[in-house]
Amino acid sequence: MIDELSLYRTMYRIRRFEETVLDEFKRGVFSGTTHTYLGQEANATAVIRSLQENDIIVTNHRCHGHFLAYGGEMRPLFAELMGKATGVCGGRGGSQHLHWRNFYSNGVQGGIVPIATGMALAEKHKGSRAIAVVFIGDGTLGEGVIYEATNMASLWSVPLLIVLENNHIAQTTPSQLTVAGSMSERFKAFGLGVNELDSSDVMQLLPVAQQAISEIRASNHPQVLILNTARFGPHSKGDDTRPETEVAQLKATRDPLKISAARLCKTELVVLHTEVDAEVRSAFAGALSDPFPTAEALS
Amino acid sequence: MKRTVLDSLNDGLLAAMLQDDSVLLLGEDILDPYGGAFKATRGISTAFPERVITTPISEAGLGGICAGLALRGLRPVLEIMFGDFTTLLADQIINHISKFCWMYNNSVTLPLVIRTPMGGRRGYGPTHSQTLEKLYLGVPGLTVVAPLAYEEGAGKMLQRIICESEEPVLFIENKLQYLLPLQLQGEMKELDQEISYSAGDLDKRYPIYRFTLKGAPVAVVTLTAYGYMADLARQAQIKLAYDYEIFTELITPTLLSPFELSSVLDSVKRTGRLLTIEEGTRTLGWGAEVSARVAEAIPGLRCMRRLAAQDTPVPASPALEKVALPQVDDIIASVRKMV
Repeated sequence: MIDELSLYRTMYRIRRFEETVLDEFKRGVFSGTTHTYLGQEANATAVIRSLQENDIIVTNHRCHGHFLAYGGEMRPLFAELMGKATGVCGGRGGSQHLHWRNFYSNGVQGGIVPIATGMALAEKHKGSRAIAVVFIGDGTLGEGVIYEATNMASLWSVPLLIVLENNHIAQTTPSQLTVAGSMSERFKAFGLGVNELDSSDVMQLLPVAQQAISEIRASNHPQVLILNTARFGPHSKGDDTRPETEVAQLKATRDPLKISAARLCKTELVVLHTEVDAEVRSAFAGALSDPFPTAEALS
Repeated sequence: MKRTVLDSLNDGLLAAMLQDDSVLLLGEDILDPYGGAFKATRGISTAFPERVITTPISEAGLGGICAGLALRGLRPVLEIMFGDFTTLLADQIINHISKFCWMYNNSVTLPLVIRTPMGGRRGYGPTHSQTLEKLYLGVPGLTVVAPLAYEEGAGKMLQRIICESEEPVLFIENKLQYLLPLQLQGEMKELDQEISYSAGDLDKRYPIYRFTLKGAPVAVVTLTAYGYMADLARQAQIKLAYDYEIFTELITPTLLSPFELSSVLDSVKRTGRLLTIEEGTRTLGWGAEVSARVAEAIPGLRCMRRLAAQDTPVPASPALEKVALPQVDDIIASVRKMV
C-alpha cells in the first residue's frame, strides 16, 4: 500500500528546503551558487522511493532534491551550502558536490553518466544485485560522453537506470534550440528500454519507476526513464529569462505538491506542514550556528 | 633474451591480477592474441578472461567507467593506447577522477591506474608522438608516475601501485622505453647506482635513482631526467666522463607529481649546476618547475639550463623529428656549455 502522505512529506521537505535556499541567498547566508529543484520534486521522490538500500544514486548540479529524497538531512546540506565544517562534505564541495552513503553528485554535465555506468558494472561484477541510477537533464543531451557511456552500458549489460528529467530548458535556453531529433530514439538506438512520462503526479510516476527498477534488477540491462517536468525556479539564483506568465502557468498546472495535496486529508497536511516548517527552521538555524572549517581542513 | 621494460610491465600487470581479484584491465585492443597496441597486456586476457575487458574507442567514457568501478571498490587499470589520446579524457581526469577523494572530504577512495605510452622517435607524427604529461603535473589529487628501466622502477612499481594505491595514478610509459633492456645494478660497469625515497613517500613506492661514475672525481653538474630521457641521460653521462672528463650526477625520479625535489636539491648543493632534461616541449614544462624550485631553494647557483623538445609539434619526418626532440648529443652539448 502506497502511503501518499509520506511521498508528499518528501516533496514538501524538498520544496521548503529549496525555497529557504533561494530566499536566504539574497541575504548572503550562502556562498557560491545553487540550482534548485522547485517543481521537479515528484521525480526524485518517485524514483528514489523505488530503490533498495544498497542501490546507488549519481546526480548532477541540481541535486538537493535527490539528496533529501534519499534521506539526507537538511542541516548538513544547509551547512554544506554555507561552506561550514559540518556540511555533507565539510564545506569542500558545496551545493553540487555531495557524497553520503551511496549518493554521489558532481557539477560537470555528462561525466557522471559513465561514472554511474562504471558503478553499475562494479555492482554486477561483485554480484551485489544493486543498481545505479543517474539523473541527467535535457541539457546534458548535448554532451558526447553520455553516448559513449550508453553504448558501453548496453554492450556490457549493466544494471543502470538513466533518469532524464526533461524540464525543457537548459539554464536559459529552451531545449528546442539544443536538442535535435527524438530523445527516446537516441537511447533506443543503443538497445536501452525507454519509458516516457509527462506528469508531475508522484502517484503516476511511482509505479513506472518501480517497474523500470524491478526490470533492471531482474535483467541487468540498462533502461531510460524520460520524465517530462517543469522547473519553477531560475536555473541558478536569478537567471530566469522566461516570461512570468509562462512560469505562473507551469506552477498552476504542474505543481506536484498541489496535485498530491488535493487527494490528501487537510488536517493531516496542516500537521505535516507545521512539522516540516519547524524542521527547516531548526536545520537552517543549526547550520547557521555551525563553525566554518579551519585552514587545516584544506589539505 | 634480455628482459625489457615491456616484459617487466607485462609481468607487473599479471602479478597484480594474481595478487588481487578486484583488479580489472580495460582498454582498446587489449585482448589476446593482439595483447594491446604495444603488447603490454599480452597473455593477460588468456589467463583472466573475466577480468580483461576490451572496449570501444571511447576514452572519455572509459575514464568515467573506470572511476565508477574504483569508487565502488574495484581496482581498474585503464590502458590508453597513445598518450596523445589522454586529452579525450581530460575532463574525467581533471573534473572527476582527481577531485572525488578530496571534494568528498576523503570519504571515498579511487584506486584507478591509467597507463599510457607517450613519446616520439618512431615517426608517428604530430598526434601520436607527443609527451603530454606536463598537462597533468600539478593537478591536485592526481599522482603522475613514470617508470624507469629497472625492475623496482618498472613492473614491480606498477604492481604495487595497482594493488596498494587508494588514489588515482597516471602512469606515463614511453614507446621506446618499452624496448630497453632492464638494467640490473651489478651489470652497470661504469656507474654506481643508489636508490632513495622522498620523505613524503612513506610506503617507499616511488624509487629515485642516483647515478655517479665509479671512482670518479667530484661531479660538477647535476642532470635530472625521467622516463625514457633518463636512459639517454645515462648514456650521455658515460660519454661525458670518458670523452670529455666531465663528471656528473644523474637524478632520475619516478614520482613526477605531487612534486618532490629533495634528491635533486641535495645533488645541486654538491655540484652547483643543474641541467633538466625532458622530451616534452620546453615552454612551461617539467624542467621549468624543477629549475624554479631549485632557484628558490639555492640562491646564487652557478648555472642552470633546460633541455627539452622544441616548441613545435612532433614532425613525422625522421630528419625533422631528430631535430625537434632532445638526443644524447644534445645533452652532451648542453653540459659542455655549462662547465
